[in-house]
Amino acid sequence: MAGGIATSRPAHGAPTAERGRPTSESPAVKWLLITIAVIFLAAVVLLPLITVFVEGLKRGWNVYISAMTDPDAVSALKLTLLVAVIAVPLNTIFGIAASWLIAKFSFRGKNLLLTLIDLPFSVSPVIAGFMFLLLFGAQGYLGPWFDERGLQIVFAPPGIILATMFVTFPFVARELIPLMQAQGTQEEEAAATLGAKGFRIFWSVTLPNIKWALLYGLVLCNARAMGEFGAVSVVSGHIRGETNTLPLHVEILYNEYQFSASFAAASLLMLLALLTLGAKSLVEWKTAQRNQDLEG
Amino acid sequence: MKGSRTRSVLPGFGLTMGITVFYLGIIVLIPLSCVILKTMELSWAEFWSTVTAPRVVASYRISLLTSLAAALVNVVFGLIVAWVLVRYNFPGRRFLDSLVDLPFALPTAVAGIALTAIYAPNGWIGQWLEPLGIKVAFTPLGITIALIFIGLPFIVRTVQPVLQDLDKEMEEAAAMLGAGRWRTVLRVVLPELTPALLTGFALAFARGIGEYGSVVFISGNMPMKTEIAPLLIMTRLESFELEQATAIAVVLLLISFAMLLLINYIQWRAGKRALAE
Amino acid sequence: MTQKKNSFLKLPVLLLTTSLVLGLAACGSGNSNSNNGGSGGAGTPAGNTGVNAANNANTGTEANTTPKEPVELLNVSYDPTRELYVSFNAAFAKYWKKKTGQEVTIKQSHGGSGKQSLSVISGLKADVVTLALGYDIDAIAERGLINKDWKSKFQSNSAPYTSTIVFLVRKGNPKGIKDWNDLVKPDVEVITPNPATSGGARWNYLAAWGYAQKQDGGDETKTKEFMKQLFQNVPVLDSGARGSTTTFTERGIGDVLLAWENEAFLSQKELGDKFEIVYPSLSILAEPPVAIVDKVVDDRGTREVAEAYLKYLYTEEGQRIAADHFYRPINPDIAAQYKDKFKELELLQIDKDFGGWAEAQKKHFAEGGTFDEIYKPGSK
Repeated sequence: MAGGIATSRPAHGAPTAERGRPTSESPAVKWLLITIAVIFLAAVVLLPLITVFVEGLKRGWNVYISAMTDPDAVSALKLTLLVAVIAVPLNTIFGIAASWLIAKFSFRGKNLLLTLIDLPFSVSPVIAGFMFLLLFGAQGYLGPWFDERGLQIVFAPPGIILATMFVTFPFVARELIPLMQAQGTQEEEAAATLGAKGFRIFWSVTLPNIKWALLYGLVLCNARAMGEFGAVSVVSGHIRGETNTLPLHVEILYNEYQFSASFAAASLLMLLALLTLGAKSLVEWKTAQRNQDLEG
Repeated sequence: MKGSRTRSVLPGFGLTMGITVFYLGIIVLIPLSCVILKTMELSWAEFWSTVTAPRVVASYRISLLTSLAAALVNVVFGLIVAWVLVRYNFPGRRFLDSLVDLPFALPTAVAGIALTAIYAPNGWIGQWLEPLGIKVAFTPLGITIALIFIGLPFIVRTVQPVLQDLDKEMEEAAAMLGAGRWRTVLRVVLPELTPALLTGFALAFARGIGEYGSVVFISGNMPMKTEIAPLLIMTRLESFELEQATAIAVVLLLISFAMLLLINYIQWRAGKRALAE
Repeated sequence: MTQKKNSFLKLPVLLLTTSLVLGLAACGSGNSNSNNGGSGGAGTPAGNTGVNAANNANTGTEANTTPKEPVELLNVSYDPTRELYVSFNAAFAKYWKKKTGQEVTIKQSHGGSGKQSLSVISGLKADVVTLALGYDIDAIAERGLINKDWKSKFQSNSAPYTSTIVFLVRKGNPKGIKDWNDLVKPDVEVITPNPATSGGARWNYLAAWGYAQKQDGGDETKTKEFMKQLFQNVPVLDSGARGSTTTFTERGIGDVLLAWENEAFLSQKELGDKFEIVYPSLSILAEPPVAIVDKVVDDRGTREVAEAYLKYLYTEEGQRIAADHFYRPINPDIAAQYKDKFKELELLQIDKDFGGWAEAQKKHFAEGGTFDEIYKPGSK
């Protein structure tokens, strides 16, 4: 979680090939470790992935395609994308602000602030959804006020967006903070001494240094935002074709004995996730290349 | 925090503090305080009897133990995965690297359904384990597997950057002084990784305690045996016992919060030590 | 300097607040309510004008003469009724269009009965609720959203169809399960959802309880022992009825599934002939009730169509659709037509035998109830 992979220090950015005996393991140990890692990842991560695609295609392509183009699935996909489009940029603004604050200044209560930023990682999604019910529900603390004004928060897209924002809250900040802390403040201070203004410093000094980590944080935040289930399930109201996100749609299909269609919809989500993760890999690859150029 | 900021000629303290505190307040603190407020509708005695009821205590125990087991497994294997990804070059490395993030991205319910399909007695793997007398789905073992899945990226992604930044010179020096490879790793590399491992462990552990979506499908949900605390919260919510639900949640929250405070303290100390060096 | 700091603070706060509020308002206005009567001059917002066509119906004018704007209803229901309401909604929309010329679209929401009830209480704008048990509707009524006398609004306790609890066993019934007392045999695995989270499971639980009470001549200690043994045979407690059905049928776990009669028939139909239905000697009359959410229909001006919608469940057409989806019709004529399908058996009644839902809930399923007792430590 901490630090942009391969971005922190160019000199060691690329995987280091064995240089000389003393600091590497014998080939036997090396391949043993690789085998363990591959088997572990295959069993824990790859197998579920394959299951989803295999089950999705069990009844053939036609069922698969029709599951994807079902109006309910399409509207669920639209809502999912809408949620991501709103939640991710807001979390990004926050992430940048929070990491600037924490990395560039020292003040009392920083540890507490850091912990509070991490907190959503560990709040049970069920509770995450439920607290928005407590706040904006008809029996909630603020719900009646909004209700009088005809604003529906929970059981409508705003509630779903809020719950998603909560769950994905730390991702960008968590990526940026360690990196910006490691980079220190000299460059920015130099710029400030030369008379550059705040946003100018950020744009031309800080941003180039953090852009890869920022992108990585964005990618993770986005993937999580599209996949959130527990919290959204509590605030969605499950109205078909209206407040169902894609993960909820998967559950509904599963509950209707449409197992293949359900896994097909799930694989759509996986594709979205793989797409974003692929984008991330591309980012990393480019960084690694750039670092090699620097080294070379 | 007034007057406590020191040094720095950089602008933007007020701006970023404003955004951070405001956003944190709206998205995290105000909603969370609702949970506490709701719980306070119970008297202390009611609160206590709710959170110490045998079924509730059992669910805490199950949640904590399975999260602990999963986080420990992840520390060992996550370290190996991180090591392999950073130190070795082999075909398919990049693919493995992307796989690590998948649990972040996959909807937890989908993960739960897929894992259940794999490990149920008639599933892909379950059917081979069943004759051996190993039951995975609907046992604590199944919960642990789901939590391993959920927690893996936390460990790998905290260890990886540290491992990448690790100075090889220290290892070289140790080797030149005649230390064997194994000894070097144990005495030189591992201590450097410990804070990151702890952080990853704590994040995975905290996440595991609260996990719901992926677990309910595979856990079997038997009270006293495989009922996790978040499920019990859901149960209480659905029978309109809202205060009881939030009471159970508050205890979970406190455990997680303590956990996170601890890791940030560890990181802070590690940072200080690094500065001292 | 302090001046500057303040302005720094203000800007983001302003920006975020406006963007947040604007965003929320934009999303929310789609579901906006009408101001009752429109007398409150507190600024009828421009965004609200278009939506209030339905409000006209509220003023009491006979609406049949002019063609009406299309109307939407939200039916919040529990899990096993999905297929039923897909058919029924289509039939009602056709009927309503023919009768009044008005287009009606019915949106569906399904989930665990308790969770759905909680959602409605928390502000899910359901025009009608069709839930698994009266307790969940009582809970909504308690919060003032539904009039307390909802049970007398429609015929037969506002339950337009009934069902019961049956056993689903594997083909050939290899364990020879005939009645409730077969379920406590040591080598039998029983699948039921969790009574704490599933409405259907509460009916299961009460049916088993009622049977044991009868066997033991009302001795409660013995009954609890029976229930304890029964639940010791349960390897998986899914949170909902559908989850249990999947565990039993797809995962191949358990020898017998305690299920709604309609759910048992449906899984036979959907998943092939691998299962048999066994009727125990005694079961329970499950009455999944329906109600109009008075507050919502009054706000939205949809009372007329909502009432017609629920009444249509009682018509011959509605009853036939229910029966086709394996719910027992209450109309005697239709019931007679389907009598081969639904076996007659002795049924307990919630009000008569258990003192109503409020009491049953408190005694059995609330914190510290008999269900909690079963799982007390040392009970093994």
